Amino acid sequence: MPTNVEKDQVSGRETTGHEWDGIKELNTPLPSWWVYVFWVTIIWSVGYWVVYPSWPTATDYLKGTFGTTNRTQLHETMANVAAERAPYMERLAALDVSEVVNDPELLNFSMAGGKAIFADNCAPCHGTGGSGNPGFPSLQDDAWLWGGSLDAINETLHVGIRWDANEDTRLNDMPAFGRDGLLEREDISDVVQFVMGYSNRATDGDAAQRGAIVFEENCAACHGDNGKGIQELGAPNLTDAIWLYGGDQATLTDTVTNSRRGVMPAWGDRLDEETIKMLTVYVHSLGGGQ
Amino acid sequence: MLLKKHHIVEKNVFVLILGIFLTIIIGGIVEIVPLFTMEQTIEKVEGVRPYSPLEQAGRNIYLREGCYNCHSQQIRPFRDEVERYGHYSLAAESMYDHPFQWGSKRTGPDLARVGAKYSNAWHVAHMTDPRSVVPESIMPGYPFLANRALDFDDAKAHLETLKMVGVPYTDEMIEAAKADLYLQASEDAAYDDDFLARYPKAATGDFDGNPQKLTEMDALIAYLQVLGRMVDFTTYNPQMNLR
Repeated sequence: MPTNVEKDQVSGRETTGHEWDGIKELNTPLPSWWVYVFWVTIIWSVGYWVVYPSWPTATDYLKGTFGTTNRTQLHETMANVAAERAPYMERLAALDVSEVVNDPELLNFSMAGGKAIFADNCAPCHGTGGSGNPGFPSLQDDAWLWGGSLDAINETLHVGIRWDANEDTRLNDMPAFGRDGLLEREDISDVVQFVMGYSNRATDGDAAQRGAIVFEENCAACHGDNGKGIQELGAPNLTDAIWLYGGDQATLTDTVTNSRRGVMPAWGDRLDEETIKMLTVYVHSLGGGQ
Repeated sequence: MLLKKHHIVEKNVFVLILGIFLTIIIGGIVEIVPLFTMEQTIEKVEGVRPYSPLEQAGRNIYLREGCYNCHSQQIRPFRDEVERYGHYSLAAESMYDHPFQWGSKRTGPDLARVGAKYSNAWHVAHMTDPRSVVPESIMPGYPFLANRALDFDDAKAHLETLKMVGVPYTDEMIEAAKADLYLQASEDAAYDDDFLARYPKAATGDFDGNPQKLTEMDALIAYLQVLGRMVDFTTYNPQMNLR
């Protein structure tokens, strides 16, 4: 590439000296004010080296005169947040969860906070609005496995369900009647017919009648003589046509054969007491609270 | 003036390469080398251990499926992140990761503390068909993981290799690698004190709902269930680790 700097006749400026097929390039420098600002920013940056963390040394680094660190900034932010919330949090800590709902201010605070906490932690299983998913109960209806009072919800949130890491966890074990050979195939299909009969869906009356005996001998201890379940044992109501895993014949057969063992984490291991109270109030409000 | 001589560099590729090389060397000496010499690069914490063979296998699947393309594993020290995900991530928590999975993109949520946040059954349902539990999710399904037998016959060699790059696997861990792989996914692991001593806080038992078969789903969930749970925060002093 020939370099032949010359003066352009039209603009009066110099060219860069490059030429491509007769096309020449004007040398138009940046405006001088821009160049000055550029140099000033570089000089300004030296100030940053002094006040903020910057250059490394052999085993350390220059901390800067402001003493700024990301983590200090976070701690300050969180301390401010805690101070703002403190008036509510202190009252939340002092009150029993069943009393929190009687305080309109705390109720408001808990509902707003509980909604955000629910979305972060609970929604993946129970759904954004608490409407549930197969295997993960709806929190909007009246069916509660372990109780739907404020205290019961609070306890469940704390200890979880079948959460091995928590020694107080809510725990029951429905036998796998088929897999472990406790019932014959016919007994299972009979008892499934009987259970379907609770919601008037039995398709084989004779089988349902035989199933009544199977139920009494094997299921009633937990699900109750009338099939309405026992919340202290976490045994669901079988008569309300609300099914966690499905109430059709095939699913019920699977449930009786292989049992179910739904798991909920113990949130007491992850969230603090007050946060769980807020969550309790919110969950209780979703429609099914008792 | 030197600025007028730039055509020498521009016209001679070897001079240009040399210049680039020197520039990167200087940058590296200033920005990378100090991380190895500074005493406080990695926090001194209790509890961080090498991944168990099953977790390591799951981690390999995490890499293979490109989970890091959408999920980060780094909770930054900001209010919105610590309120949502929990304690900010420490450098110590990824010191045995080769390579680390901090990531720089969050199409899905951060996973640095997803361990023990959801049940195994949820992970299976979610991995099989994300929309079945989270209707608004845009994550692809990975149902095939539950059908594929876990192929990790080289568990021992894998651990040995990691040891070479500085992960403190003991001879005992390496010797038991293959056995531990199957042990962790069985009910016995929870009662095996030797295993729990080697890999404290490991999630144990069947993960994918099918105890008959060790699948890739088992491994991936075992890995996810330990994420962010190793550090003992009761002994962690944030004031000693300001940076």
